[in-house]
Amino acid sequence: MQTPAPFGYERATSVDHAIQLLEQLGPEARLVAGGHSLLPMMKIRLAQPEHLIDINPLAAELGSISIDGDSLVIGAMTRHNDLLASPLVGEHFPILQDAERVIADPVVRNRGTVGGSLCQADPAEDLSAALSALHATATIRGSSGSRSVPVRELHVGPYETVVGDAEILTEIRVPIRNGCGSAYEKVERRVGDWAIASAAAVVWMDGGIITDAGVGLAAVGADHFVSPAAEAALRGQQPTEDVIVAAAAAAAAECNPSTDQRGPAEYKRHLAGELTARALRRAVARAQGGQ
Amino acid sequence: MTDTAVPTSAAGNPIGFGRMLRKEDVRFVRGKGHYIDDVNLPGMLHGAILRSPHAHARIISIDTSAAEAHPKVHAVITGAVLDTLGLAWMPTMSYDTQAVLATDKVRFHGQEVAFVIADDRYSARDALELIDVDYEVLDPVMDAKRALDDGAPIIRDDKDGQTDNHIFDWEAGDAAATDAVFASAEVIVKQEMLYPRSHPAPMETCGTVADMNPLSGKLTLYSNTQAPHAHRTVYAMVAGLPEHQIQVICPDIGGGFGNKVPIYPGYVCSIVGSIVTKRPVKWVEDRSENLMSTGFARDYHMKGEIAATKDGKILGLKVDVLADHGAFNATAQPTKYPAGFFHIFTGSYDYGAAHCKVSGVYTNKAPGGVAYACSFRVTEAVYLVERIVDCLADELGMDPAELRMKNLLRPEQFPYTTPTGWEYDSGDYPRALQLALDIAGYADLRKEQADKRERGELMGIGISFFTEGVGAGPRKHMDILGLGMADGCDLRIHPTGKAQIRLSVQSQGQGHETTFAQIVAHELGIPPEDIQVINGDTDNTPFGLGTYGSRSTPVSGAAAAVVSQRVREKAKIIAATALECSVDDLEWELGRWQVKGDPDQGKTIQELALLAHSNLELPEGVEGHLDAQAVYNPPNLTYPFGAYICVVDVDPGTGHVQVRRFIAVDDCGPRINPMIVEGQVHGGLVDGIGMALMEVIAFDKDGTNLGGSYMDYLLPTPMEVPSFELGETVTPSPHHPLGVKGVGESATVGSPAAVVNAVVDALKPYNIRHADMPLTPAQVWMTMQGKTLRTDLAFED
Amino acid sequence: MSHDHHNMVSVSVTVNGESRTEECEARMLLVHFIREKLGLTGTHWGCDTSNCGVCVVSVDGQPVKSCTMLAAMADGAELTTVEGLETADGLHPIQQGFMECHGLQCGFCTPGMMIAAKSLLEQNPNPTEHEIRDGLSGQLCRCTGYHNIIKAVQFAAEKMSASEEGASA
Repeated sequence: MQTPAPFGYERATSVDHAIQLLEQLGPEARLVAGGHSLLPMMKIRLAQPEHLIDINPLAAELGSISIDGDSLVIGAMTRHNDLLASPLVGEHFPILQDAERVIADPVVRNRGTVGGSLCQADPAEDLSAALSALHATATIRGSSGSRSVPVRELHVGPYETVVGDAEILTEIRVPIRNGCGSAYEKVERRVGDWAIASAAAVVWMDGGIITDAGVGLAAVGADHFVSPAAEAALRGQQPTEDVIVAAAAAAAAECNPSTDQRGPAEYKRHLAGELTARALRRAVARAQGGQ
Repeated sequence: MTDTAVPTSAAGNPIGFGRMLRKEDVRFVRGKGHYIDDVNLPGMLHGAILRSPHAHARIISIDTSAAEAHPKVHAVITGAVLDTLGLAWMPTMSYDTQAVLATDKVRFHGQEVAFVIADDRYSARDALELIDVDYEVLDPVMDAKRALDDGAPIIRDDKDGQTDNHIFDWEAGDAAATDAVFASAEVIVKQEMLYPRSHPAPMETCGTVADMNPLSGKLTLYSNTQAPHAHRTVYAMVAGLPEHQIQVICPDIGGGFGNKVPIYPGYVCSIVGSIVTKRPVKWVEDRSENLMSTGFARDYHMKGEIAATKDGKILGLKVDVLADHGAFNATAQPTKYPAGFFHIFTGSYDYGAAHCKVSGVYTNKAPGGVAYACSFRVTEAVYLVERIVDCLADELGMDPAELRMKNLLRPEQFPYTTPTGWEYDSGDYPRALQLALDIAGYADLRKEQADKRERGELMGIGISFFTEGVGAGPRKHMDILGLGMADGCDLRIHPTGKAQIRLSVQSQGQGHETTFAQIVAHELGIPPEDIQVINGDTDNTPFGLGTYGSRSTPVSGAAAAVVSQRVREKAKIIAATALECSVDDLEWELGRWQVKGDPDQGKTIQELALLAHSNLELPEGVEGHLDAQAVYNPPNLTYPFGAYICVVDVDPGTGHVQVRRFIAVDDCGPRINPMIVEGQVHGGLVDGIGMALMEVIAFDKDGTNLGGSYMDYLLPTPMEVPSFELGETVTPSPHHPLGVKGVGESATVGSPAAVVNAVVDALKPYNIRHADMPLTPAQVWMTMQGKTLRTDLAFED
Repeated sequence: MSHDHHNMVSVSVTVNGESRTEECEARMLLVHFIREKLGLTGTHWGCDTSNCGVCVVSVDGQPVKSCTMLAAMADGAELTTVEGLETADGLHPIQQGFMECHGLQCGFCTPGMMIAAKSLLEQNPNPTEHEIRDGLSGQLCRCTGYHNIIKAVQFAAEKMSASEEGASA
C-alpha cells in the first residue's frame, strides 16, 4: 500500500491555535481536515509537507450551518454529508444538494469538508462552481484578522488559492435574496468520478424577469469556475428557451476545456453548453416555485 | 434446475446438488478470512519495488547507496545483483523471457527496477525515494498498429536475432475454402474493432511472503496464486531450487480473474530477498502496481469479415488480428495456442468455412494478455462474432434475434466440429435464445423502442449468444511449459465416515469448499458438512494446474467425482465382504450399498469406512482403508453457452449510457450449487458491463499508463448496473462424469457484446454501425457526431 | 525530513467496545493501525485512493475509509470493525443477510461492505433498491455483481425492522 512520507503532527485546538501553528511551523506545514484530497497526494509523495496540522478538532467551531442576517453561513469544516442533509441548505440553495449528491461517494462525504474541497482547488471541483454561481464569499482568517473574498476570486489557478500560508478559510457566506432558483448538473464517467464537465446555474427572478444570474462551470477550464458571458446573457431577460439556449451557447464558447482521458475538448465544450441549459431550466423552474 | 429428490442432511444441507449456503462464509462474514497481507511471520521484513517512470529508456546507472544507508533497510536488490545469480530474467509461460529487475532497459511504464527490503512497509517506501536511476529516454512504441513499421524502435534488443517487434503469426481454419465462400457470397460485411486493454483488478492485489529456512533449505512461499502447483514447479525450474523443498501455500484469495496466474517479478525478488536476509520477506502490491504491471487482458485489434446470403444465411467468417502483447510475451495459455482459444471465433453458428490469422507484436506496455475471466481469449472471439453478426443484421435490415435464430447450430448437429477444429460437446442453442427473448419480452421491447424513437429518445436492445470452450484441457493438446493440464484429487474417508478431499485447484472466491463437498456428497452420500475441502498447500494437495479458464469444475470437479466413485467401488467390496455376498448382488442407494431385492441388508458409507479400518478380513489383494486418488485428464473441453439480452437508455445530449435491464440465460449443464452458479453469472455480467462502458488501460504518446489507479481504471459501482434477470437451460456434457460444463467466465465472455450491441442499436438513428469500447459518455457522443475515438491511446488535441 | 518527537503519537481508541492505546508514527494510516497495532485483520485495503471502500470502518458511528484517515485523527474515537458486528446474541442481521443471500464470494470487500451497509440501514431502515445502490456506491466488489449484496441488505433491513417491531410490541 502507498504510504505518506514522515511528517510532524500537530492538533489544533482552536482557529487561533491553528494560525499560530502555521506561523510557527512555516510554509512547509499544511492544514488537514477530511484529508481525502491531501492524503492521497501524500501517499504518492506528490505532497510531502513537513508538518500536518490536524484541524478536525475545530469541527465544532467551524462546522455549523446557520443563517446570519441575509446570508447562509457554512462553516469550513462542514462535512459534505452535513451540507447534503441540511434543511436550511435545501430550503435556500438546492443547487448545493444537487452538487453534494454527485461529489465522491457517501462514505467519502462523511469525512470531506467544504473548506477542504475549496482549498484543494481542483479544476473539476463541484462546490467551487456552485458557490461561484451563488456569488458566495469566503472568510479567510490570519493572525491580523479576517478578510472576505468572493469565491470567484478564491482560486488563482489549478490547485492554488489566495489563502495565505498562515491563513485558514473559516466559512462561506451565501447571500440570500428573494426569487432565487438554482440547480447543478454534472456528467461523470462513472458515479463518484470527478466531472467530465458540470454546470451550476442560479437565477434571481422578479416579476418574470431574471434580475441576476450565476453560471458556474467545473472541469472545462472556465476562468474562476464561472461564465460571465452566460450571466450577462441572462440578466434582464425573461427565461425563455431562446434565452437559455443563448446563455448556454455563451458558456460553451467562453470556457476553455482541454482533452484528457475523460474526453476530447470538443465534447466537453458541448457538455458545458448542454449542462448549462439543463441546469438553467431547472433553476428557473425552482425560482418559479417548482422543483 | 434443483433436483428436488436430493435428500437433506441433519444440518439442512443437500446431500448432493442443490442450493447450500457456503461453508467459507462462516469465516468471511466475521472478518476471519486469512489473506496474503494477513500473513505475518516472526522477524518478517517488507519489500517494495522501484518502478520505471518511463515506457522505454536505457538504464545508464543505478545508485542505491543512499537507500542502503537508510537505518531500516536490510538490502537493496537490483537487476545487476540478480544477474550474478542468473535470475535477472525469467522465462514466461509463452516461452519468452521477462526481466525480473531491469538490467539494460526499461520497457514499460511501471516496470520493476529495484527491490528494497526494510523493517516495515513505510520505511521500504521511504528508501525507494533514495534510489537514483539515470535513464536515457528512448522513443516508445505505444500503438500496436505502428509496431511493425520500418524504423520502429526495437523493444526486445535483448533477444538474439530480434530485429523488429514481431512475436508470432498464427492461423487456424482453411484460408482457401474461406476465400472461395467469400468469392461467391451475396453479402459481405467488414468491420474493424478493438477489444481494448483491460485489467482484472481483483479487490485484493497480488502478493507473497517468502520464507527461506537457511538451515533446512526449505522455501515456504505464501502466495495468493491461482496455480500453486504450477508455481512450485516453475520456481524449481527457474531458480534451480529442489522442488521437494518448495512449499507454496495459498491463503484465502481476494479475487483472481486471471490476474493471479502468472509469476511476477515481486515474487522472485521476495524469494531472493529472503535468501539474502535470511528472514521472511513480504511483498504486497499497491493498487497502482497491480494495474500498471501485472497481467492485463485483451488488447486485440480485430478486422472481421462475414459473408452471407441476402436472406441472412451466414456462409463464412474471417478475421485478421493484431495482438498487442506488451514488452514481454507473458501470456499464460496452453503452449500450442499463442492466441489462446481465439480460434473459437466462429461462435455458435453454422458456416461453410472460416479462417483467422493472429499476429502478436511487442509494444512498450506491461506484459500479460490472458486474464480477466477470458477463457483463454474466448472473450475476444465472442465479441468479434457477436458484434459482426449485428453488423450483418444492420446491413441486411434484419432483426438481430431473427438473424441469430436462423443461423444458430441446431441440437441435432451436436457433437459439432467447427471449421477451426473444435468439437462442441452438446447444446440446444435455439432453446436458450428463445428463453432469453421470452424473459425479455422482446417484441414489447422493440415496440417500446419504436415509440421512444418517435419522441427522440434513445433506447437500445442488444443480443449476444456465446459458446465457450472451457476446462483445459486434454493433455494430448494442452500443456503449459510442458505440464499437461490434468488435475489430481485425493479423497480420504476417515474411520468414522467423515471425509477430506484435497484439490489441486485453488479457490479465489468461487466457493470450492462448498461445491466440492457437494460433489463428494452427491457421489458418496456423505453429508457435505462432514466433508472438508483442502486446497492451497502444495505439500498437502495433489499436483494440478490450478484455477483459471473456468477449469475447476470441468477438470477438478471431474477428478472429485472419479475419486469418489473409486471410493464407492472399494466400499462395495468391503460391503460384500461384510454382508457375505457377491459384489454383483449389491446396488448403490445414495450413501449405502445394499443387497438387491433385500434393501434392509446393507451398509452405509460411514459403516463401511469403519469396516475398512477394522479387522474385517478383506479379499486377497484388497488393501484396507477407504482412501483413493485420481488424476483427471479431460477427453475434450466442455462447451457452456448462453443467450444474453441487454437494454440500455442513452442520453442524447450527453452520451451517457444506463443499463436498464440485463437478461442472461446460461446453460452450463447441471448446476451443483445453483446459488453459487448464479453468483458467478452476476459477477461476470458486471465485469462485462464494466468493459463495455468504462474499463480501459490507455496510454499517452509518451507511454504513460493512464489507468494506474482506481480513480482512472474505473470499475462499475452498484449504480451502473441493474439487478439481473437470469434463466437457465440444462444440456449436460456427454463426456464429463457429472455432465457439468463450468460457468466461471461465461458472463464475462458473453456480456460485453450484448452491451455494445445495445448501445449501437440505440444509436441507429445516427446511422452508426460500430463504436469501440469502452462506451464512455465521450465515446458515445463523439460517435453520434461521426467521430468515434481511438480508446486505447490518449486523445490528442 | 524532520524527525522530531511529533513524528510519534499515542492513539487511544475504543475498538469494538474495548479500550486500546498504542504508539505509532504520526503518518500511520488508520487501516494499518487497525490491522497491525490492534491486530484486527478483518479490515482490508484495496486501493490507495479512497475509491474502493474495502477499508471502511465505523468511526464514532460513521463509516469512514480508513486508508484515507490517519490513526492520529482517530485518537479518542470509538471504532467498530467487522469483528465487532457479532454479539453474544449471534451474527448481526447484516452478516446473516450476506450469508443467506450469497452476498459475498472472495470475501475481501465484505467487511467494508457490511459496515457501510449497516450505516445505511441505521440512517434509512427501509431503503429502496436505488437507495441501497446509491448508499453503497463508494464500495466496489469485483465478484458478486452487487445483485446479491442488494438482496443481503434487503434481508437485513427486513430482519432488523421485524426485530424492532418485536421489541416495541
